[in-house]
Amino acid sequence: MIVTFFRTTVQTVQAINRKYATPHLKTTRFVRVCLGLLRGYLVLLIGILVFKFFQSLH
Amino acid sequence: MNILSKLYYRYKKILKILRLYLIIAGPGIIVMVADNDAGGITTYTATGAQYGFHLIWFLILLGPVAYYVQEMTVRLGAVTKRGHAEAIFHAFGSFWGWFSLLDLVLTDWLTMITEFIGMTAAMRIFGVPPLVTVIGAWIIMSAMVLQGRYWTWEKLALVFCGLNLIYVPAAFLINPPIHEVLRGALIPHFPPGGFTNALFFLLMANIGTTIAPWMIFFQQSAVVDKGLQEKDMRWGKIDTALGSMLTVLVAAFCVILTGTLLPGQPINDAATAALKFMSINKHLGACLAIGLFDAGFLGAICISLASSWAFGEVFGWAHSLNHRLKEAPWFYAYYILVLLFAGIVVLIPGAPLVLITLFVQVIAVTLLPAALVFLILLLNDEETMGEYKNTLVQNVANIGITAMIIVVSTLYGISALFPNILK
Repeated sequence: MIVTFFRTTVQTVQAINRKYATPHLKTTRFVRVCLGLLRGYLVLLIGILVFKFFQSLH
Repeated sequence: MNILSKLYYRYKKILKILRLYLIIAGPGIIVMVADNDAGGITTYTATGAQYGFHLIWFLILLGPVAYYVQEMTVRLGAVTKRGHAEAIFHAFGSFWGWFSLLDLVLTDWLTMITEFIGMTAAMRIFGVPPLVTVIGAWIIMSAMVLQGRYWTWEKLALVFCGLNLIYVPAAFLINPPIHEVLRGALIPHFPPGGFTNALFFLLMANIGTTIAPWMIFFQQSAVVDKGLQEKDMRWGKIDTALGSMLTVLVAAFCVILTGTLLPGQPINDAATAALKFMSINKHLGACLAIGLFDAGFLGAICISLASSWAFGEVFGWAHSLNHRLKEAPWFYAYYILVLLFAGIVVLIPGAPLVLITLFVQVIAVTLLPAALVFLILLLNDEETMGEYKNTLVQNVANIGITAMIIVVSTLYGISALFPNILK
């Protein structure tokens, strides 16, 4: 039963990934810059969280 | 006779407008009042106790900020007929979609735990054990959605929104110094002592509690579930504007209460303030405790719904409050179980509740900028929005607000992680 549940979930997630594989928003320069900045911001934030995690360990 | 007939005509016209508004009103008021959740009430009571009436003007300024952000969700929902999660998946693809959805789920669940912390703390003042509070609240929250009509759920939620206004009559019980209150509300100024790090932290906390990621997801999904059309958009905006006024009103009156009775006293949570009020005036303490419970309750139902709608949209489950349980089993199961698990965490002896509260601030910071940036990009997409896309003025206001919120919420998140950074 558990295996069936996970198999169904994986299949559903794969179906969602296929459905939304192509972004529908027109990729203008403004959109590219915004998404790039967002990626940078999130990488920075995750970096801070990782730093805090290791700092807490010591 | 002529004047009388004109007056009667006007009266009928106003009545008709009011009726129309009451049909469409709901998502804007609910989301804005629910924004004053348990965490929000705690922030406001701490603000009043620490700085008296000196920051009421700042809270008033946050009203338009909340309005401008939330108004975009009304337009996006009415035009696309998609909830925010589905809109992100559709517009930006599955990577950003999963990021937003999973981050929302985590943030919402952690926030719901803080709502249960607020509710149990409030009811403990009346001698109600946390177990009874959690089970009782969970049953009412579940019953509210399981009756199978969005309209009924919304009107019940509006009753709880009305209860959130309890701070207004409570403030009149204590005769606050009107002149000082008006000075604090109308003349922008910093408290004596100037712009300190402690003040900066509190200002950030107030901004952080004004805009939360779940609000964007909730209102857009609610607009879609309610079936708001493009022609109803004007009413949706009025609803949001009225809601933003109510949220400021509640915040200001919380500040007035603690600013009058507990000036200069350290307040870490609203339940402590309610206990102190109890020793001064029993009714006043009861009002604050009821308000805190109500704030946690409203926050929990809205946040849980925001997640359930988001999951339903993406996974393709039936996800309307107009569905019966057997028609949308996954949607209701998710809503009920998420609330249950959040409540259970509060009951676990020795659960790291302080750590959870801290984590809420940090995790929300990872989602809020993305949600706001996506919102602006979607509202600028002419293909999707057509004539309802952001105008230049709206873009200037919204981009400015978004930039300010991103900077401030990031600083708030970092200062939560590194408390000494602002000292």
